[in-house]
Amino acid sequence: MTEPAKPIIQIQNVTKRFGRVAAVDNVSLDILAGEFFVLLGPSGCGKTTLLRMIAGFELPTEGTILIDGQDMAGIPPNKRPVNMVFQSYAVFPHMSVADNVAYGLKIAGVKGGEVKARVAEALDLVKLGGFEDRMPDQMSGGQRQRVALARSLIMRPKVLLLDEPLSALDAKLRAQMQFELAELQDQVGITFVTVTHDQDEALSMASRIAVINKGEVAQLAGPSDLYEYPANRFVADFVGSVNIFEGKLTLDEPDRAAVDCPGLGKVYLNHGVTGPHGADVWVALRPEKIYLHVPGEGKAVRAAAQDAPDGHNFARGCIKGMSYLGDITLYDILLESGARLRVSRPNLSRHDQEDFTWDDKVSMHWRADSPVVLLG
Amino acid sequence: MAEQDWKANKRVFAAVSLPTLLWTLLFFVIPMAIVWFYSFGENKGLTEIEFSGTLDNYKRATEFLYLSIFGKSFAVAALVTLICLIIGFPVAMAITFASEKWRPWLLLGIMLPFWTNLLIRTYALMMLLGTQGFANKGLEALWGGASWFRTLVGLQPLPTWEPVQLLFNNFAVVFGLVYVHLPFMVLPLYAALDRLDRSLIEASLDLGAGHFRTIMRIVVPLAAPGIVAGVMITLIPALGAYLTPDLMGGTDSQMIANVIERQFKKANDWPFGAALSFILIYAMFILIALQAMRRKGPEVR
Repeated sequence: MTEPAKPIIQIQNVTKRFGRVAAVDNVSLDILAGEFFVLLGPSGCGKTTLLRMIAGFELPTEGTILIDGQDMAGIPPNKRPVNMVFQSYAVFPHMSVADNVAYGLKIAGVKGGEVKARVAEALDLVKLGGFEDRMPDQMSGGQRQRVALARSLIMRPKVLLLDEPLSALDAKLRAQMQFELAELQDQVGITFVTVTHDQDEALSMASRIAVINKGEVAQLAGPSDLYEYPANRFVADFVGSVNIFEGKLTLDEPDRAAVDCPGLGKVYLNHGVTGPHGADVWVALRPEKIYLHVPGEGKAVRAAAQDAPDGHNFARGCIKGMSYLGDITLYDILLESGARLRVSRPNLSRHDQEDFTWDDKVSMHWRADSPVVLLG
Repeated sequence: MAEQDWKANKRVFAAVSLPTLLWTLLFFVIPMAIVWFYSFGENKGLTEIEFSGTLDNYKRATEFLYLSIFGKSFAVAALVTLICLIIGFPVAMAITFASEKWRPWLLLGIMLPFWTNLLIRTYALMMLLGTQGFANKGLEALWGGASWFRTLVGLQPLPTWEPVQLLFNNFAVVFGLVYVHLPFMVLPLYAALDRLDRSLIEASLDLGAGHFRTIMRIVVPLAAPGIVAGVMITLIPALGAYLTPDLMGGTDSQMIANVIERQFKKANDWPFGAALSFILIYAMFILIALQAMRRKGPEVR
């Protein structure tokens, strides 16, 4: 896409209160035409409420929602140019697959011949060709979801809303559907807005992700930016796994910075952070960005010294727990400072020469571009 | 496992169900059997009945007079059921979609009449509908007001108020039966609607259907088991209604239960009354059998 994408949904200062609780608190964001947008957050954060306000099932207490430039205030769900795939799929149990998919078209008064052709087309799109006469109770959860998808896509909406679309599927099918949904979105070119609490789902499918916390947007970014450059502790912690240490900013120049963390030690970064000197900050370090070494050989110290001053980006500890996950192994390490550190390590060969195990003493280092300094 | 053990242990099963079985046998099956035998008997003297195995009682029951009363009972019961359905469906929907806070109170309102004796409720209704009742008094006041208003603007006053005959006719019977049976319709409808997945309704709205079409195409078909249950549970007791037509009906509004009562009491013709009773029971059996057969069809989850 070379042309600048225009916003298809504009959410402007939207607040939704249930009683005195603000489920959505002064949210403003633009969703661009043709993108796969994900609202990511823990349960109860207000992401589903936001989606339901776009669909028209909830009305904002304050603020405006525009779809394709048109104010949606006072427009009921059945008149909005969006369609929704429900978490429970909401496939009509008393109708065949074809009748389910044709439902919206028949309501819209589309003629029989065209309905038939478009139903066949929609079912082909979701790989359910030939299932026209099946009843929903003869289908698996994954198939019912495809029916729900076809039923919405046949309406050619400007935006397709998906509420936790994969949460009811088993792990294998979920992974497959992540790819299929992204592919489908690419194929039909409709804007998808998905709500999920699953960060893997969000990272794998989205073009952009809004992380929602307590009714507010905690960060809006693309998947890799969200993971590698989290804006605050909530995002760092919610998206992926992370070690967070409190510390004081001791050095902050355009091309380097340093943080003194009582828990982790001295942390050096090869870029500036533009935070107030001496301020309380937090350092986030992803488990997979920490290298483990057998102690006493000076390997860790030498490796750390390659891009950081002496005594920085280096720690010693003892393995207190590990869990073998097949592709990687997770280590829970007790640092000399008494703090805990999570480290993950890919199992690159079937029989690792440097097999670490319980109660082993280890030393660690990380690169100067790995830690992230968080101000909030 | 525990459940299976319980089912497997015949002695436990017998001990638990024996009292009820005995009760049913003593006070339902045996009396019904006696009545059934009576229906094949003949009157010999005032208190003597001979079991002659005759079919005369049933032959007499198929005479036009009695068939027409059966027909009328069916018609009244069907009308009552239909009115209950038309009134009850929106009520059940309103309760289903009421807020958590209000729902128990609305349900209580529906069930409250059950806690009052039917006889008292019927007399209360009669007080309401009588020529000197509240309904007529209210109408009279309105009539008087309209008349006064006409003189005020210089028109002729209305003629003197004649009370409307609201009691002792077919209208009163239908009104009374609807009043009595409405809860029987609302509760199964509510049970069915409450089980309905709300997102199905939202999905229909989302796909462009309005509220009316959503109700007709999604809510009503999915509430069908509740509708059938409500219809049966209303129709069957309405068919055998005795008290309401007896107290509120006129001379031409007797239903089959009133005729049966007369055979056992005034006419002292127990065999004929028994035959009429069993024809009514067979009719109800057929209705229940029809419903059971319908249920065997493809189950809608």
